[in-house]
Amino acid sequence: MMASQAGDAAAHRKLLEQLSGHLRGYFKRRLVHGDSEQAEDLVQETLLAIHTNRQNYNPAQLLTPWAYAIARYRLIDYLRKTKSSMANVPLEEAEEVMAHDDQVEVESAFDLDKLMSRLPSKAQQAIRYVKLDGLTVTEAAARTGMSESAIKVSIHRGLKALTAMMGQEKKS
Amino acid sequence: MKTRQFIDVLSTNVEPVKIAIVWKTLALALLLGAIGAFCLMLATVGQRPDLAAPGHVVPVALKLAFALIVMISAGVALVRLANPGGERLKLGPYFLPVLLVLAIGGAIGLDFAISTARPVFLIGTQTWMCISCIPLFAIIPFGALIFVLRKTAPTDLRRAGAMAGLLAGAVGAAIYAFHCPDDSPFFVTVWYGSAMAFCALIGALIGPRLLRW
Repeated sequence: MMASQAGDAAAHRKLLEQLSGHLRGYFKRRLVHGDSEQAEDLVQETLLAIHTNRQNYNPAQLLTPWAYAIARYRLIDYLRKTKSSMANVPLEEAEEVMAHDDQVEVESAFDLDKLMSRLPSKAQQAIRYVKLDGLTVTEAAARTGMSESAIKVSIHRGLKALTAMMGQEKKS
Repeated sequence: MKTRQFIDVLSTNVEPVKIAIVWKTLALALLLGAIGAFCLMLATVGQRPDLAAPGHVVPVALKLAFALIVMISAGVALVRLANPGGERLKLGPYFLPVLLVLAIGGAIGLDFAISTARPVFLIGTQTWMCISCIPLFAIIPFGALIFVLRKTAPTDLRRAGAMAGLLAGAVGAAIYAFHCPDDSPFFVTVWYGSAMAFCALIGALIGPRLLRW
């Protein structure tokens, strides 16, 4: 996580991959009526929330409880919206590290292109160039005519907005 | 969308981030809120005219000390609650100093009631002023704290809201102390305490709405 905070992309990928396995197990066990797709939605939502909140992680703390607190928050949010009867999510369980981990690929219901099309155009461009096409911030800035800091801000705000959209989409 | 693809997107060009120091941002918000509330106090009720008089320095200092103790307790708890998972830690011990102060204030009041045989609640001249002004002066600091907390991702919104309310209420109480003409320690314990508790209650009620992320 500390390497992620410093901007190490490989470490960040590894972290998110490991967390996604644990999160998948966490959500699957708690969604009584849920299918794998719903669990996958929540996994992606939580990964995005972890990503956009990485500046809020204090390296002096343990990572697992921090990540599970976010997972639990997203789960409760989801249960509240779907008014599911499954409401018992004790916090203590967040501390145990999950042994259960299935990496079978399931697709979430999210369509990234569709979600992206609802973002403001600046954020769309910034995320497309930097996150999807892999251009550096400098290159993206040159291509869009925006300043580098504007690109960074657009990406950050855009991703935050995406988290909110993912949460709302499941209501319908 | 597959999670693997999604992780690819998130880990392309990861921007380095500066680790957010929660207590510093919260303290700054609180300071700005307190300045705003102080101006509000000067513009509305004004400070007590005899503020600097020799006999009034100690009571005002005592009121400020009471508010400060609540501020420290609520502030430490809020720093914990501001980030994900903060609610796992036991927050009760932070409030021992506050309980101690309440106990001392209560004991003084009881002593007074016994020695003078007067109904204790009649001490004080501006009870309503006190319990309406403290929440009023708490509004600006509360707003400033909520603004910060919306970015720090709390996961127990009710408790975070309550602590923000209590902290803002303590700031409101400290500001009101510059106006308050009632110097009885029992009055201060009961009515300042009630007003701050009221702020915490409001915070707990509206926190979940304001802080959702």
